[in-house]
Amino acid sequence: MKLFYGQLRREFIVMFESLEEVANPLVFLFLGITLFALATGGGVDALRDYAPAIIWVLVLLANLLSLEGLFRRDYEDGTLEQVVLLAQPGFLPILAKITAHWLFSGLAMTILAPVAALILFLPGSALPVLVTTLLVGTPALSLIGSVGAALTVGLRRGGVLLALLVLPLYVPVLIFGAGAVLQQMGGMDTAGQIYWLLVISMVSLTVTPFAVQAALKVALEQS
Amino acid sequence: MGIKELWHRLGSPRWFFEMSRRWPWIFGGLALLLLLSGTLWGLAFAPADYQQGNSFRIMYIHVPTSLVAQSAYIVMGVAGFMLLVWRMKLADMVLSAIVPFGMSMTALSLFTGAVWGRPTWGAWWVWDARTTSMLVLLFLYFGVYALRQAIPRQATAGRACAVLALVGTINIPIIKYSVDWWLTLHQPASFTLTEAPSMPMVMWMPLLVNVLGVYCLFGANLLGRLRLEILKRERSTQWVRDVVLSGRT
Repeated sequence: MKLFYGQLRREFIVMFESLEEVANPLVFLFLGITLFALATGGGVDALRDYAPAIIWVLVLLANLLSLEGLFRRDYEDGTLEQVVLLAQPGFLPILAKITAHWLFSGLAMTILAPVAALILFLPGSALPVLVTTLLVGTPALSLIGSVGAALTVGLRRGGVLLALLVLPLYVPVLIFGAGAVLQQMGGMDTAGQIYWLLVISMVSLTVTPFAVQAALKVALEQS
Repeated sequence: MGIKELWHRLGSPRWFFEMSRRWPWIFGGLALLLLLSGTLWGLAFAPADYQQGNSFRIMYIHVPTSLVAQSAYIVMGVAGFMLLVWRMKLADMVLSAIVPFGMSMTALSLFTGAVWGRPTWGAWWVWDARTTSMLVLLFLYFGVYALRQAIPRQATAGRACAVLALVGTINIPIIKYSVDWWLTLHQPASFTLTEAPSMPMVMWMPLLVNVLGVYCLFGANLLGRLRLEILKRERSTQWVRDVVLSGRT
């Protein structure tokens, strides 16, 4: 556990030193919302109907943007090699990195979601469901996405490839997340979807750290 | 030969190459026979559907290709697992040999689905559960393909693809389930082995023949590509030179 907290602390220090990098995905989220508002004409009805879709899709994309840097810096300065090769068990520091990523992207976006909901005219009754789905769904995004980030870390033009690898795997999270909010707006029960999001996050938590470890070893081999 | 010995032998591409000389032809011949008879049977002799008329006959292509497209991805996941755990060279080759076939079957399934959808639903494309999960499957295949292209070193590329294929395979049931959630204009699955068929025997039999046929085609294609891949990757060895020079391929 010391390994975990040590790595987490280090991530925090790095994040606080480059706060603008942390803020970029959040700004992207609101920029995207603005673009949608402009493109749909800003009408209350259209935006309200599409609010769950807009927010969830943009959360997915913003998350993706921040993933690219998840292992890159450590890969370039050689820290990653030490972490993956020397730490026992090796998945703990990886898990710490993913946790930090979630705190600064998924959780941050969950906290900002009420503002996003407000400017998209999402009905207040749907807000708790939106926040809940984001809270239980975004860990899965960070976890699944970290596999893609690990696979592409050594590649020069990894950006589009990362999106190509990760977005299809995000499909279930998007469906249950946006679906739950839509159902709530239609006056239906949403417990099922929320449980499913939890299941996906839990399964990702148990599987992906090992996949990331394997992927990082492969990536380090080619350098 | 016991299981254990077979397992060890599988580690040698050379052994496999020499073993499997006739297999692509056997599977290919079976595939040709089954697909020809099944398709002919289905198109010409099976009775027309009382609701859909003759348009349902595209099912004889659509259903087998959809099934084999999904199976191929799962085989890829299994090969990925074998590569990561046992570092089996052959599994790496299977991994790269499957992608083109799986991708084209998925595309064919989507295309035939569109052609079937036009008269049945009145639209070429409908965002229903199974069409959408097939589309996602196509993207998953494309991801594996693109990742392999992006990594220059072959051994590294193979294992990166193995990780991706494995994660994708775990994800496939979840994707299918989640997509089923926002249901669905699609009729329930037309082909299961576990339940009594919902269509009359005369319509179901040609489908069974075609399903078997397309799986044989999969086997033939996979084995053929695998043998080619073995030759390519082992080209610097003496035995490949001997084989190629003697023309016994």
